[in-house]
Amino acid sequence: MTYAPNIRIIRVMCSGRVAPQFVLKAFIEGADGVLISGCHPGDCHYQEGNYNALRRHRLLSKMLEQFGIERERFRLEWVSAAEGVKFQQICDEFTEQIKKLGPLNLNGGKDEHREA
Amino acid sequence: MSTEKPKVAFYWCASCGGCEEAVIDLAEDILKVVEAVDIVFWPVALDFKKKDVEAMKDGSIAVSFINGAVRLSEQEEMVKLLRQKSGLVVAFGSCSHLGGIPGLGNFWNKETIFRRAYITTPSTDNPDGTVPLEKTEVDGKELTLPRFYDTVYTLDQVIDVDYYLPGCAPPPDLIMNALQAILEGKLPPKGAVLSPNKSLCDDCKRNESKPEKLTIKEIKRPWEVELDPEKCFLAQGVICMGPATRTGCGERCIEANMPCRGCFGPTDQVIDQGAKFLSSLASILDTDDEKEIEKIVDTIVDPAGTFYRFSLPSSILRRRRMEDIK
Ligand code: FES
Repeated sequence: MTYAPNIRIIRVMCSGRVAPQFVLKAFIEGADGVLISGCHPGDCHYQEGNYNALRRHRLLSKMLEQFGIERERFRLEWVSAAEGVKFQQICDEFTEQIKKLGPLNLNGGKDEHREA
Repeated sequence: MSTEKPKVAFYWCASCGGCEEAVIDLAEDILKVVEAVDIVFWPVALDFKKKDVEAMKDGSIAVSFINGAVRLSEQEEMVKLLRQKSGLVVAFGSCSHLGGIPGLGNFWNKETIFRRAYITTPSTDNPDGTVPLEKTEVDGKELTLPRFYDTVYTLDQVIDVDYYLPGCAPPPDLIMNALQAILEGKLPPKGAVLSPNKSLCDDCKRNESKPEKLTIKEIKRPWEVELDPEKCFLAQGVICMGPATRTGCGERCIEANMPCRGCFGPTDQVIDQGAKFLSSLASILDTDDEKEIEKIVDTIVDPAGTFYRFSLPSSILRRRRMEDIK
């Protein structure tokens, strides 16, 4: 299976393991987009993990917009272990979308005028 | 005045003055402080100047208590000077600890803040659109003002900080405990926040009223509900930062029937208070249905400004993306 090489995979046990702090960390360390992918609703091994991921995703997306990070840069998708092709398509399409949006350029508050 | 007494300095940066007030609020205890230490610099109360501090030997001030965030070049200069002259530096209050209310300026930048403050506010009459300049010429003389940064910084983003006294403002008992610990040399490891490392909910009297499984169907703002003075705020559908906030404040807000806004910052285990709170809040939204979730999320008017009310500059992102601000 080949998919866009721009994606860095970080494996976790469950989509519910992805704390919002991880997403922020990814953005500040240079990711231009973040994709969380979990088991389909009803299929989570830990019962509730993906519903939690869904609730966090919607709330965090709204908050990220206030930081100037577009909703399109943060995605949640349900992909089961058997859906390789779907994963491939999502990765390619997400990469295209991020390319269109361009680099995020977060500077973490570095002020070039600070040291006069 | 005996020269044996440890020297203490107080300084303020971007803050409201409430932290200065907190020192005065020590009431009679302030006399004990004055007895035990020599206050060598305190611009709000005593007439010492920058040159007096410059003349001091490096490290000769036992401890500097610095309140306020850093947003001007002048503040940066002063805190660097105090750092050099002090054995210990204590970040005093939410603004120097986390960025505080002035830290909300990180949703904007210098240009938009100046435009708002000096031009577009309804009470401003400024037809020429004059804004403060770093250099102005008047009668052949050059006048200067400190530089205003685009970003507000916590004290520890600018200088090395030994301890943190949290709170808006820090309560008298924590201040006295800290002073005592310093005077007796019984200090915790460097970098400690001088307040218990557990969440506000752990100490909250309303905790007992919290249902076994806390869930929220709709988020309301405090003025939209008649608040039950005994019941957990979250159980009433009102955002309370208690789960993501350090305890030690004495629950002054809760006692006044107002939910926590997070001025003590997070516990040691948490990096980003706002993200941590977002996570706890998301987990108690009482639905698995996508549309319903979106409906509840819609009722949260200003998530970033609420979850980071006191901690934006200390958060992982620190500020809004510059190119998004127009
Ligand atoms: S195991 Fe929880 S989302 Fe897959």
